[in-house]
Amino acid sequence: MVIRFESTTKQYPDGTVAVDALDLTVPSGAITVFVGPSGCGKTTSLRMINRMIDPTSGRVLIDDVDVASERPARLRRRIGYVIQHAGLFPHRTVVDNVATVPVLSGTPRKEARTRAYELLERVGLTAAMGDRYPAQLSGGQQQRVGVARALAADPPVLLMDEPFSAVDPVVRHDLQAELLRLQGELGKTIVLVTHDIDEAIVLGDHVAVFAEGGRLAQFAPPEELLASPADAFVAGFVGRDRGYRGLSFATAADLPVEPVTAEGTVVEGLALVLDDGRPTGWRDPDGRLLPTEGTHTADDSLRVVADLALLSPAGAAIRVDAAGRAVGLVRQTTVADVVRQRQRSRLAVGAVGGSAG
Amino acid sequence: MSLDYLLDAAHWSGPDGFPHQILEHLRYTGLALLIAMVIALPLGVLIGHTGRGAGLAINLGNAGRALPTLGVLMLILAVTGVGLKPVIGALVVLAIPPLLTATYAGVSSVDRGVVDAARGVGLREPQIALGVEVPLALPVILGGVRSATLQVISTATIAAYVAQDGLGRYLFDGLAVRDYPRIVAGAVVLAVLAVVVDALLALLQRVVVSPGVRPRAGSRRRTALPQPER
Amino acid sequence: MTLWHQVLDYLSVNGEDVRSAVLQHLYLALVPVVVAFVLSLPLGWAVVSYGWVRHPLLTLTSVVYTIPSLALLLLLPGLLGTSILDPFNVLVALTVYSLALLVRSTADGLAAIDASVVQAATAMGYRPLRRWFAVDLPLSLPVVLAGLRVAVVSNVSMVSIAALVGIGGLGQLFTRGFQLGFYMPPILIGLVLSVAIALVLDALVVIAQRFVTPWARVAAR
Repeated sequence: MVIRFESTTKQYPDGTVAVDALDLTVPSGAITVFVGPSGCGKTTSLRMINRMIDPTSGRVLIDDVDVASERPARLRRRIGYVIQHAGLFPHRTVVDNVATVPVLSGTPRKEARTRAYELLERVGLTAAMGDRYPAQLSGGQQQRVGVARALAADPPVLLMDEPFSAVDPVVRHDLQAELLRLQGELGKTIVLVTHDIDEAIVLGDHVAVFAEGGRLAQFAPPEELLASPADAFVAGFVGRDRGYRGLSFATAADLPVEPVTAEGTVVEGLALVLDDGRPTGWRDPDGRLLPTEGTHTADDSLRVVADLALLSPAGAAIRVDAAGRAVGLVRQTTVADVVRQRQRSRLAVGAVGGSAG
Repeated sequence: MSLDYLLDAAHWSGPDGFPHQILEHLRYTGLALLIAMVIALPLGVLIGHTGRGAGLAINLGNAGRALPTLGVLMLILAVTGVGLKPVIGALVVLAIPPLLTATYAGVSSVDRGVVDAARGVGLREPQIALGVEVPLALPVILGGVRSATLQVISTATIAAYVAQDGLGRYLFDGLAVRDYPRIVAGAVVLAVLAVVVDALLALLQRVVVSPGVRPRAGSRRRTALPQPER
Repeated sequence: MTLWHQVLDYLSVNGEDVRSAVLQHLYLALVPVVVAFVLSLPLGWAVVSYGWVRHPLLTLTSVVYTIPSLALLLLLPGLLGTSILDPFNVLVALTVYSLALLVRSTADGLAAIDASVVQAATAMGYRPLRRWFAVDLPLSLPVVLAGLRVAVVSNVSMVSIAALVGIGGLGQLFTRGFQLGFYMPPILIGLVLSVAIALVLDALVVIAQRFVTPWARVAAR
């Protein structure tokens, strides 16, 4: 399911241009994030896909079919929709909320409910919660129900409008991880709107940055967005610590690791204390035990390693194996060297690419 | 529908004329309201401020709505005998529930944060009640005054069935002798009086309420306030 | 003879009259509520949906609500061409009052619905009419039914006024008491029955409310 915007423009009667000649192809089976400051037209663009808003000029196509040629209600039943406060029906039980679209499309209620219970478990809730009313769930649980409801009719396209903005950071992190896990199983074409650049970078396979006045400033994978912002607006929006955030996209696997020796490892006067191979802390010369501040594996990102190296009292991030046994150390200086080399090679490639373009 | 009686100049002067009867009507109404307000407003503020007796205030409002005014009037007159004082007494009894409930509702619904802040800057309880809660509750309290006023104007008409003067005279005298034009005249004047008084109170509501207090969507929320019988 | 004995005595002699007065009272009070309730749904919807309807309609209902019931009851024969003694006047007058009340509460109820819920319903593919019955109407019910309670109770107490123009209902017991020289028993019986009917009907609406909006109690916790 490819969604294509063809010079799509939305102008309101008062003259405000919400979306200005948007040309964009949302790739199939991936998460595309629309991000930008408020009033940049990202939500308007999203809502033109399921015809909650019709464009003033230009077209929106789903698999080469103009959405304007379809009856709105029927179109919408094929497109899942998740909004900020979940927008659950307070007067229906959770399971009936989830079963809404299948029932609308003519699935027998009993069958729709059976599937709804399954879906609840799929989004990390229990079937028992299905018999409660939305008001009896926490904000994060409600949002999960919102996702389940959007998925109930198994739509190929999922639209999400600030889905995780109203929940606290811890819950938001869980929900984001859950979405990525689900998407790994389902492979839907997802368009997600957010004003949070961090969320865009975590979730997006592709990120469209919108600027004020409904202009598309850049459309690129998040890594590229951080590494080479198209203009000053994007650079400003992406933020000052984009270098650090860019480390999220590099793996720790290639880092040179200093092995941990059996007879004891001492770094900067601190001795690594192991219990059956698992790190428990650093002992200083006075005999006090300092915390490790965490460990990492080869699967973690460079950002995690850099963070651990900065936090560690010894200035070294502890690498562990799958069983949690210490296998080596990565020092701050090593991380810095690797980052510097990465940056040099990337900019060299970028310069070549830039002159070719 | 004949308006002859209403438009006849002869009926607009003298002791049986409209001006005199309108004034009589307003006299009972005003007196009864005044007494009811002296009783109900302080009590409502007290209940709203302390939260003690809230159940009483709410239930009194509901009970007031369920009371048939004609029955209450008859019962009081049956106990006390006919006269101006018993009639006024009946009007007072019927005006108290809407006033009390609205005052309680208005005061108790004032934002607790504002009350806390007032306490925090060192205001004493009476100062909080009169200086903070009452001004903020004024739209709701005045809504109650409007309801009670309509109630009393309406019931004062019924009092004429038994004894008193007032606009009810035209209705009941007209009914007695089957003089429909006289009935129409009385009903029209009564309706206009009620609408005008209510409009004046609405105006007062707008003038008196602090400009900082946003009038709640429909300060006459009929559904939220007790509705008296007219 | 104590008052209590007088009351029992009155009931044993006039039991049939009292019974028919109760039935007449219920009829005159309830028919208008039902009619007004049905009419208030489309009108309340119009108030919320069309800005230009709102002001004139709500002003009209509010002015109508201000007119004393006895005045309206006596003006209606001239407007409708009915006789003064026709119970139809009472039905119309009470329907008008109930409607004034219920249009407002229906409009309030519809306006209080969380817009994001309605939007979600639209985005899921509800067509407007079906959405109105499946989402908007049920969600407005707590406020609408609160208005209905007020209308039912007000009507029951207001019907008594009809006795002043000679139309039946419990109000007749009051005028009877007056005609008998403020004889207490009928007045007391009428008063108690009228209040009892109002409270019972109010309780019935509350029970219905719990039945049709089980979710509202949950949300209030």
